[in-house]
Amino acid sequence: MNHGAAAADADEILLDGIQQAAFGYFRQMVNPANGLVADTTRDHWPCSIAVVGFALSAYPGGVERGWLSRDEAVELCLAALRFFRDSDQRGTPDSTGYKGFYYHFLDMQSGRRTWRSELSMIDTALLIAGALTARMYFDAETMPEAELREIADELYRRIDWRWAQNDRETIMQGWKPESGFLHYGWEGYSESILLYVLALGSPTHAPAARIYEAWSATYQWENLYGVDFLYAGPLFIHQFSHAWIDFRGIRDRFMREKRSDYFENSRRAVVVQREYAWRNPLGFAGYDKDCWGLTAGDGPTNDMPGISASGRRLLGYAARGVPFGPDDGTLAGWAALASLPFAPDVVLSTVRAMRRRYSQMHTDHGYASGFNPGLVDADGRCWVSPGHYGLDQGIVTLMIENHRSELIWRLMRKCPYVVDGLRRAGFTGGWLRSQP
Amino acid sequence: MNRATTVRLGSGAPLVRDSAERERIDNVRPANWRNPAPAPHYDLVIVGAGTAGLVAAQAAASRGAKIALVERHLLGGTCLNTGCVPSKALLRTSRLYAEMRHADRYGACIPGDVRVDFPAVMQRVRGVRARISRSDSVRQLTAAGIALFFGQARFTRADALEVEGATLHFGKALIATGARPDTPAIPGLAQAGYLTNENAFDLTRPPRRLLVIGGGPLGCEMAQAFCRLGVQTTIVQKRPLFLPREERDAAQILSDSFARDGIEVRLNTRVLNVHVDGGAKIVDLVSDDYHSTVVVDAILTGTGRLPNTTGLDLEAAGVDADPQHGVQVDDFLRTRNRRIYAAGDVCLDHKFNDTAQASALIVVENALFGGRRRLSELTIPWCTYTDPEIAHVGLYARQARERNIPVKTFTIPLHDVDRAIADDEEVGFVKISVRERTDRILGATIVARHAGEMISEMTLAIVAGVGLRMLARVIHAYPTQAEAIRKAADAYVRTRALSYGQRRSTAWLRWLRR
Repeated sequence: MNHGAAAADADEILLDGIQQAAFGYFRQMVNPANGLVADTTRDHWPCSIAVVGFALSAYPGGVERGWLSRDEAVELCLAALRFFRDSDQRGTPDSTGYKGFYYHFLDMQSGRRTWRSELSMIDTALLIAGALTARMYFDAETMPEAELREIADELYRRIDWRWAQNDRETIMQGWKPESGFLHYGWEGYSESILLYVLALGSPTHAPAARIYEAWSATYQWENLYGVDFLYAGPLFIHQFSHAWIDFRGIRDRFMREKRSDYFENSRRAVVVQREYAWRNPLGFAGYDKDCWGLTAGDGPTNDMPGISASGRRLLGYAARGVPFGPDDGTLAGWAALASLPFAPDVVLSTVRAMRRRYSQMHTDHGYASGFNPGLVDADGRCWVSPGHYGLDQGIVTLMIENHRSELIWRLMRKCPYVVDGLRRAGFTGGWLRSQP
Repeated sequence: MNRATTVRLGSGAPLVRDSAERERIDNVRPANWRNPAPAPHYDLVIVGAGTAGLVAAQAAASRGAKIALVERHLLGGTCLNTGCVPSKALLRTSRLYAEMRHADRYGACIPGDVRVDFPAVMQRVRGVRARISRSDSVRQLTAAGIALFFGQARFTRADALEVEGATLHFGKALIATGARPDTPAIPGLAQAGYLTNENAFDLTRPPRRLLVIGGGPLGCEMAQAFCRLGVQTTIVQKRPLFLPREERDAAQILSDSFARDGIEVRLNTRVLNVHVDGGAKIVDLVSDDYHSTVVVDAILTGTGRLPNTTGLDLEAAGVDADPQHGVQVDDFLRTRNRRIYAAGDVCLDHKFNDTAQASALIVVENALFGGRRRLSELTIPWCTYTDPEIAHVGLYARQARERNIPVKTFTIPLHDVDRAIADDEEVGFVKISVRERTDRILGATIVARHAGEMISEMTLAIVAGVGLRMLARVIHAYPTQAEAIRKAADAYVRTRALSYGQRRSTAWLRWLRR
């Protein structure tokens, strides 16, 4: 075996191990009775509907790789889809959803709203992206798989995207039964590109196509550290929509104008993250071109026992970003890894370096949500977020799968709703040309 | 008729009678003032002696026009007495206290006892205000030949107004009555009492706990100043970020800065009501459906400004106005009555001192000297004087995109600027937006310790039509923070050079393959 092939094998072994560990989260944290998946491994934590979306999208990869049987996967998917179909949609303070959308956090057993959470448009989009992924993968002419496809379709079609506009040009972020719509929407490039594509693809409640132009009017195309890119600070923004949509070579009006595409943009976001980490303007421990990953995730707080931050303000769970922060010295190993499809060589070398230096941030159960190399205990161990978060494991699972097999991208390229949504948003070219 | 008038200082706030205040009052409204006998006719009668009124009066008088200037309260208006001047003096001292507390960041020792001497702080504010009041004093104006009248002006017909019983006949008139704080309609607020910019600078003792309502420029500046002066400060803002029209990054940097200062930041939050219990002000807040209460000793409102149009009998002069937007003017700053113009806060969306000055000069030119200058031709910069300062000029990227202008922004974080590193002032950026594939500057935002100073270069560039290519050739003194502007220009030149290089390479390869 030559050196190149050996290296490729080593990469494959490394990624397979990480992906399987991340995938294990969904087996561990799912309630098989209703398909709901906990937001984190912490005690008494509720379900996050977004994590269910990641689980539904991860099961096909798990089947392909032999980590669970097709029947088991169908059963888990059906449990979740049936639950959402039959859920209380009255929009009352303790129901499950309203107008086809769902509350962000649900009780793991009853499936009812918890934590007084908002009816979340983006998290519903992530959930429904998972439902559509399962719908595309489980294509056998069996009763269970046919039912799965039917329910996924029903869930998607009943989402009233137009209602979620609240008579405005763009989609609102959320709604609460106690106070109505949250009074702010989306501004700037964000993960909600998936939300807009799904909304525009709806055969039942699609908003006018101008909604996408109105949203993307807030984009900022910046030259930062010598790199031209569509700016967004936290890394997850450059990743989440890409878990489902293959943005290679397809362009909306904005990207045509910029002669780029969203995939290339996410590659450039990696360059910017590395440049920031190398500059390390706030002088945090550990940062360099092989140790980065500023994104939304868990971090330490000043009131945690044993934390001595020397007057530095610690942010807890926050959307960290570059180059203007917030930044408290907390990094996310999983976030660097989730950029794998965009810059495989750079990301793999980063993954190896970070695991070598901070082995405690990754266990057999997956990546911790965050770690802070500058906050060390008496034994010299850096702070690591306890437990695991479903969103982190989900994006890692899906992005490794896309890198290895393009499975989710292939499935969603054939999803008529996604294709329609992309076209209505103004995307042309690339693989869209060959779609009916 | 020539009558003496009495001085009445309007806000009702207790005034400190120290030497600085005596000097200021002597400059801006002397107690023994007597209005002059009116002349039969004035070329220009100006109502309001704030920034716009003073600038117009001095400019017109210097060119030989016969001017009457009417002021109902204090010369200098909001800017001198209750706005820019005292607030910047207060901010400077508050910044010094912040620096003392963080002296170790500069390799210096933190003083052992950083105790705020609030009376001394306010004494300095009054001193600064008094000194600056000299340049627009009663004596200066009368020496310039300006007839000065104190009292409430009322238009009586299309070409005349009355003040304290005297009738002033004019060829042209300028309404420059400024604006006042727009107090939010919150149940219980009036009964509980509150501060605005009109009385906050009269404080002699600091409140222990302060709630600032409003996350616009005034609210942000005052919240940071009082917090750094040792006041336990909470700021409530209805929107998701402060300074809603600014760049998101700018507003985010400001939020982080507030948090570092120790200000309790309540975004997405409204004040429901206020009541008093045991001398404390109890304020109920709501954020979506989350209710909370804060207990404070003082409340400061900074929720915008309303134009001063009442009491002028504008209808008698055929001038249109409404309480929200003020006097209605066209692009030449002319009202419906073609003899009467308006300038400054009473008619402009941009309620800034510099804009008031610029609009006043337009009126002088248009009203007296046959000019055709337009308000829309102005390039207006603005700055919020927080730490860091946030300054902007021209279009925002989103405004350009809304107008279908392809836009690209060159961003230089201050952590890439040597002087900012040396000064430990790395929080901030320079963002310059250009029309895509050209070097034409559309707008710029600067977040920096002295962004207000730096934005002038960008304003000059826009006004003079200087592009980034030219700016890259301008030598900027090294090391300065303004070098960030040159670095942005350099970044532009690099992208264009790259494109040119790519084109040459392609042409070369094509030639080789022929």
